[in-house]
Amino acid sequence: MTTTTPLASVNGGQPIELNAHSQLRVLLEQGLPLTPRPWQILAEQCGLEEAEVMACVKRWQEESLIKRLGLVVRHRSLGIDANAMVVWNVPDEQVSRVGRALAEESVVTLCYRRARCPPDWPFNLFCMIHGVRREQVLEQLEALVHRHGLAEIERQVLFSQHAYRQCGGRYARRKSDEHAGA
Amino acid sequence: MHCHYHDLDSLDRRLIDCYQRDLPVCSRPFLAMAEHLNTTEEQVIKRLQRLQAMSVLSRVGPVFDHALAGASLLATVAVPDNQRDAFAELINQVPGVNHNYAREHYYNLWFVMTAADESSLAARLNQLETMLDRKILRLPMLESFHIDLAFKIPWSELEEV
Repeated sequence: MTTTTPLASVNGGQPIELNAHSQLRVLLEQGLPLTPRPWQILAEQCGLEEAEVMACVKRWQEESLIKRLGLVVRHRSLGIDANAMVVWNVPDEQVSRVGRALAEESVVTLCYRRARCPPDWPFNLFCMIHGVRREQVLEQLEALVHRHGLAEIERQVLFSQHAYRQCGGRYARRKSDEHAGA
Repeated sequence: MHCHYHDLDSLDRRLIDCYQRDLPVCSRPFLAMAEHLNTTEEQVIKRLQRLQAMSVLSRVGPVFDHALAGASLLATVAVPDNQRDAFAELINQVPGVNHNYAREHYYNLWFVMTAADESSLAARLNQLETMLDRKILRLPMLESFHIDLAFKIPWSELEEV
């Protein structure tokens, strides 16, 4: 972790030195080069050996910094565009239990507890249901409400209308903080 | 942005079904995938390039853990519907915005802001709030029950559309 490469960037006027591993992170966030030896290409770009790059990726997988490695699908492009964010106002003492129960449901693709933002936003549990048709998503939601006895819990359904941007997290400090087009 | 489903043949679908996770970390990963799928490395690479060009894939690579990888926050703002596109464009121009959706609600723009750490995240949101001249609701995650967008693609349901 000692190799530093002068990939200087400007962030609030402060130049940032990226070491080879941080640089690898930045490159990985943009995806693998689609060539026979992608790790080798990445290795050359950040001044490491191919084996070091693979070892580093495996370590990040073990540490769960990398949650998964593979094809990142844009569901909307495939027509899976009935995407409902369902928000619930669950009493605090029940929210973890309800969240865990909903997360077990196969139609729920994301589920988390968030801070309320009173007085504007009373909802503290969010879950996402992705589907092909809106009616089907609403039916699945009704089934969930019934199965988990949530009829009395205040909720709202927010279907997505348009994706202005959908891309992977860009956390690592990078040369210039701009985005690849979405 | 529209349904490319009918342009995908069985090899494309098998690639997606098998490799949303567990892409092999070996010197020739696409060769290993090709052997598993009974095709050639060249075909796998060609297919991935095509799927990426069609925007069916945003990329082939790792998905980093939000909490471990840096700071990120879901935020929302209510804007007039007839100016929604213009506001969305302003939001997209801020560094670190990686999702930005219009949703059917009074709070009609929803975005995820990311940054290397909490203080730069807060600074970016404050700046954006000033620029939009609208209150931004900040909805930090407190507990994660399930975050997995690598769900099985419902090919048969897509067939019916």
